[in-house]
Amino acid sequence: MSIGLIGRKVGITQVFQDDGTMVAVSVLAVEPNTVTRLRTPERDGYAAVQLGVEESRRLTRPERGQLKDLPKLATLREFRVDDVSGFTVGQRLTIGDLFAPGELVDVTGVSKGKGFAGHIKRHHFRRGPETHGSDSHRQPGSIGPGTTPGRVYRGMRMAGHLGDRRATIKKLRVVRADAERNLLLVKGSLPGARNALILVKKA
Amino acid sequence: MNVLDEITSDQLRTDLPELASGDTVRVSARVVEGNRERVQVFEGVVMRLRGGGITRSITVRRIASGVGVERTFKIHSPRIEKIEVVRHGQARRAQLYFLRKRVGKAATLRERRPNG
Repeated sequence: MSIGLIGRKVGITQVFQDDGTMVAVSVLAVEPNTVTRLRTPERDGYAAVQLGVEESRRLTRPERGQLKDLPKLATLREFRVDDVSGFTVGQRLTIGDLFAPGELVDVTGVSKGKGFAGHIKRHHFRRGPETHGSDSHRQPGSIGPGTTPGRVYRGMRMAGHLGDRRATIKKLRVVRADAERNLLLVKGSLPGARNALILVKKA
Repeated sequence: MNVLDEITSDQLRTDLPELASGDTVRVSARVVEGNRERVQVFEGVVMRLRGGGITRSITVRRIASGVGVERTFKIHSPRIEKIEVVRHGQARRAQLYFLRKRVGKAATLRERRPNG
């Protein structure tokens, strides 16, 4: 378990690497994170660091009370750590403190919602024939045996809601860590739409 | 300028000539052979231009020892030493795929007059 940072997805583009090859990268805007609270096993039953980003004037009084003298941060997330001793409340963490090019990171976000999706889109089933008298165009096929057991097995893959759930993509390579502009470039794609909240931590 | 353009803008090259379909160009590209690096020159006709910004690429066609060879270059790549325009050819379309069916003199394009 390690500390990470809170950022937002900016989009994807391509950049040249030092050896001249081109890679597709996702761009993450990671503004400096403020440590807002420390969770200790003695007090809370687990060890974690709570980070906050994005100042806002529209905080409820209870939210303000939680932050006390800290900046009015609207987005708070916790990262489980083994030991909180290296952190103090009010401390600012930036890209330069945690990430360097070449390292591997895990990113977590909420995937794009696809609504109620059929089994083809949701589970990559194959479709039936389009013609030659076929009626099973997009049918899922058999969903199990008959009288015995007389029910459908739990976990059978069917149509249903797709996307809009927490998704973690592991082991993405950091291509560039721009501490000046607070941008992190990772190879590959990120879950969610542009401007979606993303948590990055070391893989 | 949006953030994505900003990231790629410092990798964009400004030392490139203006290129158009039909131009004959000489592309000097660095290639790695084993552990040695050398510059390889590829001269031919620009068959098409593709992409914008950092993804901009050109496809260059030449006849090498009787065989048609097409190579695609990312023109902003740091592997490209330089690109020189040898001759401006007149092309009435953007993609010159018809060159693939032609050999010899039929595969040459009329020269374009500057400002013409």
